[in-house]
Amino acid sequence: MSKFFKKAYLYLVLLFLYAPILTLIVYSFNANKTRASWGGFSLNWYMELFQDPEILNSLYITIACAVIAAILATILGTLAAIGMHSMDKLPKLIFTSISYLPMLTPEIVTGVSLMILFLAVKLELGFVTMVLSHVAFDIPYVIFAVLPKLKQMNNHAYEAALDLGATPTQALMKVIIPEILPGIFTGLLLSFTLSLDDFVISYFVGGPVQNLSVLIYSMARRGINPKINALSALMFVFIVILLLVVNRRASIVEQKQH
Amino acid sequence: MNRKWYAAPYGVWMVIFTVVPFLLIIYYSLTAGDGGFTLSNFQRFFDPVYIKVLGRSLGIAALCTVFCLLIGYPAALFMTDKKVDRRGMLILLFVIPMWMNFLLRTYAWLTLLESNGIVTKAVNAVITFFGGEEIRLLYNYNAVLMGMIYNFLPFMILPIHSVLTKIDRRVIEAAQDLGANPFTVFIKVILPLSVPGIVSGCVMVFMPAVTTFVISTLLGGGMKLFGDLIQQQMITTGDWNFGSALSMVMLILILISMFFMNKFDNGEGNIM
Amino acid sequence: MKKIIAFALALMLAVISCGCAPADDANTITVFNWEDYIDPEVLEDFEEETGITVKYQRFTTNEDMYIKMTKSGASYDVVFPSDYIIERMIAEDLLVELDKSKLTNFENIYDWMQTPDYDPTSTYSMPYMWGTVGVLYNIDMTGEEITSWHQLFDTKYENQVCMMDSIRDTIGVTLKMLGYSINTRSEDELNAAKEALIKQRADGIVMAYGVDDIKDKLINGECAIGLVWSGDAVYAMGFNDSLRYSVPTEGSNVWLDGMVIPKSAKNIEGAHTFINYMMRPDIAARNSEYIGYSTPNEAAIELIDEEMVADSAFNPDDEVIGRCEWFHDLGEMLPIYERIWTEITAN
Repeated sequence: MSKFFKKAYLYLVLLFLYAPILTLIVYSFNANKTRASWGGFSLNWYMELFQDPEILNSLYITIACAVIAAILATILGTLAAIGMHSMDKLPKLIFTSISYLPMLTPEIVTGVSLMILFLAVKLELGFVTMVLSHVAFDIPYVIFAVLPKLKQMNNHAYEAALDLGATPTQALMKVIIPEILPGIFTGLLLSFTLSLDDFVISYFVGGPVQNLSVLIYSMARRGINPKINALSALMFVFIVILLLVVNRRASIVEQKQH
Repeated sequence: MNRKWYAAPYGVWMVIFTVVPFLLIIYYSLTAGDGGFTLSNFQRFFDPVYIKVLGRSLGIAALCTVFCLLIGYPAALFMTDKKVDRRGMLILLFVIPMWMNFLLRTYAWLTLLESNGIVTKAVNAVITFFGGEEIRLLYNYNAVLMGMIYNFLPFMILPIHSVLTKIDRRVIEAAQDLGANPFTVFIKVILPLSVPGIVSGCVMVFMPAVTTFVISTLLGGGMKLFGDLIQQQMITTGDWNFGSALSMVMLILILISMFFMNKFDNGEGNIM
Repeated sequence: MKKIIAFALALMLAVISCGCAPADDANTITVFNWEDYIDPEVLEDFEEETGITVKYQRFTTNEDMYIKMTKSGASYDVVFPSDYIIERMIAEDLLVELDKSKLTNFENIYDWMQTPDYDPTSTYSMPYMWGTVGVLYNIDMTGEEITSWHQLFDTKYENQVCMMDSIRDTIGVTLKMLGYSINTRSEDELNAAKEALIKQRADGIVMAYGVDDIKDKLINGECAIGLVWSGDAVYAMGFNDSLRYSVPTEGSNVWLDGMVIPKSAKNIEGAHTFINYMMRPDIAARNSEYIGYSTPNEAAIELIDEEMVADSAFNPDDEVIGRCEWFHDLGEMLPIYERIWTEITAN
């Protein structure tokens, strides 16, 4: 098979992935509300986007929820992983299996079951229940990001620290945590992005509180709204910049190591 | 203090947020509105209407998985030809759309596929040029299928690619030295070695496809999938007992298919 | 390491504290209204004039709203249900008795709407908007007037008809087409309606089931015929000259949406202020002109554009109202309707 064909095929697949996003970006500059015709270049939808309190509020909720949930999940999950690492076989198996459960459960089932839980204990659906649910589905990802690092760690270092007079807490902070830090960061980042993008679970447990995904869902059901186009364009640019920066930094770090 | 106690807070958390909700769903699915024990929620599920919806969900998810595999496998394979530094860039290009909010991506198709959308206009221009009648692309089975393929394609490409890059080049070279033509090399060497990636990819596409309700709501114009049924019972109708029973059915289905998929999968293809 | 944790905690506290601060303000009301059912500037003006902050949330159908209100544990101060849901809410003792002394603008409401069937003494509800359920169609695409529900079930309009993803409306008009009451309690009649709707989908006549997006589809020429509420029709006709509205001859549904205060309300005082504000003639007129629904507010009618008042979709005449029927609460029949609806939509 010729090189040209392979290249063309890859570009075609990429076109399929990007065409919708690029179209949205183009339409976000269309002065007309309908897509039927091009009404000239305009930044109108961007202006309206930033004046829409509903969108701004849900943007804030999305970020606040993701930050809080990611931090809580990372703390709880890291501690859990450290604990699980030194458990006997049976309790470890129980903990691991139950932690797998939320990862295997379809999101819609998780959402429904958490909604029922909150309402059964008469907790009003809202921001708090949303954060709790996000922590719940984030934790397993943290645990399974940290556990492998614990396995790689040299157990004698911890014992040596204790022998040299460190308290268990000191040994934890000075020896274990720095060793598994990369795993913790992976878990934190994973939790943050999962929360940021979550729709299904937030839809069921958020009650009146809408994160960005839930808001887009309800806006899209109302018909097509050019403000969403503007929002897509901004989010796309943001993600590209973010990923390029992360990628750049990763490659710089790599080069330094060589 | 023993270190295992660090897991205690999570132990409590796990019971409250994983075990109890799970038991609650089971409880609701086995009770009637008045709280009495009943199997009627599950019996109701065996009504032909609901079986039909389940069949439709499984069918469209399977079809979506097949399409993703057919489109994604060559893409993953061709990517391995690239030099390592270019490959990183290419992977990034496939990852970026995944980072975009998935509702926005689905919404994008709404704009493209409506009657005034450019895809519809282009397709219809071609059709009418050949004397055919204009067609609608939105609000039907194909629109939902397309939306699913679009959303889940990267989940197929990435695990397959990660397995393909781990294949020892020397094995392929050995096969070539022994006189195998490229096609035989692919069938006898590359394809069998990439099975773990294919399995992972299929799991990662099939699972979300079978449970989605967003794509069908936005692009299907009222076409109901299994996820929609659950959503309808929980949000619109308020019949939580039946909704829980449907959730149980879905959960059991997923666990069974995971079990079978796991038999083929040795975990190599996981991108998580 | 400690620095990182300290920073993380500080960040979290900062986010929590500014996230929760405005939530429990005594001078806030939570309003739960339909999608596209108010002039957004009215809300701004209300906040400015009264100093009360409005947390505004929206629902798509009465059924969604009812489940959210009763099952989600959320508290709302003002809710906008339709007639038959108000009837159910009163029967289930979910509503607060209104303090009429705080609702001075009630006198602006037409006499006949001050005593609706579902709440004869207006003890629990104040009228907000009223209208009919009918057909909005694009005359250029249909080439004929739509005057009968049967036309929505005609294979001639394959892939051209939008039905409403709302249980009572869609089942109701089908019952009307078959010559039955929209409040029927006969399972045979309901099954006949179910068969008709399932056949309509099987024949490929239905392009989509929607609610608030139907008017958008008609404005953009996406479909030819849509089942809509009259106000959405008025709104849509303002954007597309080819659109017409009719209430088919077999009859339809006439409805009245009210404003109520649920027992879960936290700011009953503020809720009264809001309801009274909505009944102020100039405000009622602005809302009505913006969303296209008819106001039950006699004093407001004089302030509304004459052309709009003359529009029969906005202001149906007695003959049209005469052939329409009001929805009533279904009581113990509701589960049967829901089951039938699930079967229709699942097909």
